[in-house]
Amino acid sequence: MSAIQINLPLPLLPAGWSSDKDFKAVGSLSPATQRSLEPVGPHFLAHARRKRHQRTFSEDERIQAQENVKKVEEDDADDLSEPEDPVMLQRDPKDWKNQDHYAVLGLSKYRYRATEEQIKRAHRKKVLKHHPDKKAAAGTADDDSFFKCIQKATEVLTDPVKRRQYDSVDEHADVEPPSKKETQKGNFFKLWAPVFDSEARFSKNHPVPSLGNENSTREEVETFYNFWYNFDSWRTFEYQDEDVPDDNENRDQKRHVERKNNAARKKKKTEDTTRLRHLVDEALALDERIKKFRKEERAHKDKRRLEKEAEQKRLAEEAARAKEEETRLKAEKEAAEKLQKAEDKKTREAAKNAAKKNKRVLKSAVKDNNYLHEGGDAPAAQVDRVLTDVDLIIAKLEATELADLAGKLSSKKGATEVKAVYAEEVKRLVEGGKLKEGEAASLAA
Amino acid sequence: MSAEEVAASTPERHAIGISFGNSHSSIANTGADGKPEVIANEEGDRQIPSILSYVSGEEFHGTQAKAQLVRNPKNTVAYFRDFLGKDFKQVDPTSAHASAHPQQHESTVAFSIHDSESETPNTVTVSEITTRHIRRLASSASEYLGYKVNAAVVTVPTDFSDKQRAALTEAAKAAGVDVLQFIHEPVAAVLAYDARPEAKVSDKIVVVADLGGTRSDVAVIASRGGLYTILATAHDPELGGSKLDQVLIDHFAKEFVKKHKTDPRENARSLAKLKLESEATKKALSLGTTATLSVESLAEGIDFSATINRTRYELLSSKVFGEFRRLIETAVSKAQLDLLDIDEVILSGGSSHTPKIASVVGAAFPETTTVLAPSTSTSAINPSELAVRGASIQASLIEGFEHEDIEQSTHPVVTVAPHLNRAIGALVISAEEHHGIFRPLLEPETAVPARRTAQFATPKEGGDVLIKIVEAAREIHSRKPEPKPKADEKKDDDDEEDDVSDFTDSEDEEEEIREKKWKVHTVLAEAAIKATKKGSKVEVVINVGSDLGIQITAREVGAQGGVRGSVEKPATAVNGSA
Ligand SMILES: Nc1ncnc2c1ncn2[C@@H]1O[C@H](COP(=O)(O)OP(=O)(O)O)[C@@H](O)[C@H]1O
Repeated sequence: MSAIQINLPLPLLPAGWSSDKDFKAVGSLSPATQRSLEPVGPHFLAHARRKRHQRTFSEDERIQAQENVKKVEEDDADDLSEPEDPVMLQRDPKDWKNQDHYAVLGLSKYRYRATEEQIKRAHRKKVLKHHPDKKAAAGTADDDSFFKCIQKATEVLTDPVKRRQYDSVDEHADVEPPSKKETQKGNFFKLWAPVFDSEARFSKNHPVPSLGNENSTREEVETFYNFWYNFDSWRTFEYQDEDVPDDNENRDQKRHVERKNNAARKKKKTEDTTRLRHLVDEALALDERIKKFRKEERAHKDKRRLEKEAEQKRLAEEAARAKEEETRLKAEKEAAEKLQKAEDKKTREAAKNAAKKNKRVLKSAVKDNNYLHEGGDAPAAQVDRVLTDVDLIIAKLEATELADLAGKLSSKKGATEVKAVYAEEVKRLVEGGKLKEGEAASLAA
Repeated sequence: MSAEEVAASTPERHAIGISFGNSHSSIANTGADGKPEVIANEEGDRQIPSILSYVSGEEFHGTQAKAQLVRNPKNTVAYFRDFLGKDFKQVDPTSAHASAHPQQHESTVAFSIHDSESETPNTVTVSEITTRHIRRLASSASEYLGYKVNAAVVTVPTDFSDKQRAALTEAAKAAGVDVLQFIHEPVAAVLAYDARPEAKVSDKIVVVADLGGTRSDVAVIASRGGLYTILATAHDPELGGSKLDQVLIDHFAKEFVKKHKTDPRENARSLAKLKLESEATKKALSLGTTATLSVESLAEGIDFSATINRTRYELLSSKVFGEFRRLIETAVSKAQLDLLDIDEVILSGGSSHTPKIASVVGAAFPETTTVLAPSTSTSAINPSELAVRGASIQASLIEGFEHEDIEQSTHPVVTVAPHLNRAIGALVISAEEHHGIFRPLLEPETAVPARRTAQFATPKEGGDVLIKIVEAAREIHSRKPEPKPKADEKKDDDDEEDDVSDFTDSEDEEEEIREKKWKVHTVLAEAAIKATKKGSKVEVVINVGSDLGIQITAREVGAQGGVRGSVEKPATAVNGSA
């Protein structure tokens, strides 16, 4: 064969792909099937030449090759044999409407399930046995009546339309539904599955959902009953029609029979629909799974309610707790603020006292040193000036500066020392811009 | 088979192809040019009725014998092929109803006929009848070819038993014809098509529907690299052209009854005449749109003539056409395939001339399936000649081989081979299993060892590419077609739900769209080809061994080197082996 041309591009190598020699074996082929090649044509000759090349096959190999090969031809229709009822063999072919076509062909156990191929093979088998020529050869009477039954059965069953009409009324394929008592005593699924399987033969839609078992999910069970409540059936009742007179003479009579037949078919169809509905009702009523699902649903609902209640309770509790917490925090905050206020007041007072004390130190430093006057009592003017200037300095000082200055002054003795400290302070204040040059002159150097 | 020396001691072997049907037989010769030629007998027939008739000790064959079905049915032997190699219990005498009846004779089947001038009839076995028939065929071939034909490849149905083959070999031998090989009718038909000079070897699934006179057989064949494997067959021993004849017989008989109040079917001779003419009318309707039937003295001395058009005929026959269609569908489903898997339908056998059968079958298959029948394809080979052409091609191939050699080569030890259950191929576009597109190199049902080569395109700009070799299975996806917009479009959203249910309830619901898709089953190997040039191609060769081990080679076309690697054989190589 020439190379196959593929015009779509190979994919790009994914980033990071690497392998020794650029090749990676990953998996193995799934098993093959042994089949027989047809020993025909030039390519087979080449195949045989290759296979036989310098090789002899052992007897074992030869036998094995024959054994393992997949067959394509069916064996004889052994699966299609059942004993023939002597009464059936005596049937009058004219009464074909009432004959069991499947039994005539030996297909009783297949019925509507028989494939067209099975029907044809079954027919073949019957022909080989019952053909009038065979009877003649066997010396039995030249009676071809059962042969005619066979032909009729085949005619009906190999015509899809006729077969449906017959299958529609094939009572042998019906499975009677079990009674309520029987169901309650036995296994629901074992008892009802065959009933639905048999009803399913009339379905226009496929696949037909199965009845399932006790482990089927709720969805599966619902699908099942929905399917059966909406069943679309091809069942018809033509087969039970009254024969329409075949002559052209009596047209009215003919039309009358046709009308009657039509009405009968309709009626039977309606009855059948009702019958099926009742049957499904009954199964539904007896189906323990439905009860189980209801119970589960109730349990589920209860659980949901309880859960909801619990949740509400939890939420309420949470809210209460939050509120409590809020109050607590508020109270705590208030207490802290109060405490802080008191503390502040204390510090403020302490500072005030300290300032007072320091001011006193400042004043007494001059007072104790004769208002910095040398020799004799200080004149009133000096006293007045010095005190005014000390007040001015006090006014200009912050609490800490005041404390500093007081500290410095408290260790000083004598007017000179005190004055030096004051002079320095005045200088500092002048430099800091707090005093103007010449202010507090009585204390300056 | 090694072309060993032709047996020197015996006279030179001249082999032809023979198709031996219940209704007709044909002979053909394939010369050195490889072109089969179907040989006409002395009367100019290429489809020679498989019928022998005796009148005052004189033997008639073919068309002349067929004409005797009217006057001399008791001494006319017809539809006997399927009686050969069987005991009486196993035969269905139905088709011989209007000719000599088969009878039990010792362990075989025989006919009681006046085949000599003697007053008393002779018991002639079906084997003897077959010998006489083959002798006539071989003599016609010898006459035409100008040398003595003494060997043949003969076509048989796929369900022909060993006993039937042995009986046929024996009968042919008595006629001086050495059967070199029996080949299956449907395979012969495929070979006839594949041997045409314009045909290319390809991998395809072919359905051969052999629609004959009294039976029909369908085979589903995997054609892989010129090797053929039958995957499934379906047989209907009672479905064939004679059912269509019967449709016309009933139609004309009813007309006759209407006019003349007598039913020609109730008299054997009238019925035989009507059958012969109805068949001729049926054949005429394959070509023309109307045909006339005229029978002299059909019943009670009354001449009958009537015309029927093709439409009427097709309407009357639609049930039978449906049976042909369903038989074909049965075979496909027995092969566990879908109609979408079928690449080609070869209609073979005389009834395949019927245009409506071809169109009914064509309609059952998707558009991707080619239907090869005279009415659907101008390149179709005459369906009545397919089997014999195939047989004669095979005869030309093995004419020089010793029997022993043929026996060895056709033994299961040579013919039985493991067949792949899934396809092997590579992913293109993307290496991701869900996005990548699978392209098969080896199709499912390919017999191994096998080897396939493919050339892949590379991405636009070239570069490093990945060759991901996988095993993939075919899946059928079906989806509903987009609902056609309704005529009344102005509906608001609230109505949508109703709309949908309207749609599903409607009777003329559209058929769902079915498609074939590949699904990756197992990744077998990965290989990289680095730095491919812009616009270059990558050639991949996959070689699957008989143990299912795989050798893979890949290279850029025209470049040096390449990648080579192998994949281990699986632990179990064969499914369900004993
Ligand atoms: N041109 C035609 N149109 C329709 N039917 C035909 C045509 N030619 C042959 N046949 C029918 O084909 C049938 C014979 O097919 P054939 O392949 O020879 O059968 P068999 O395999 O049984 O020998 C007969 O029923 C014959 O009427």
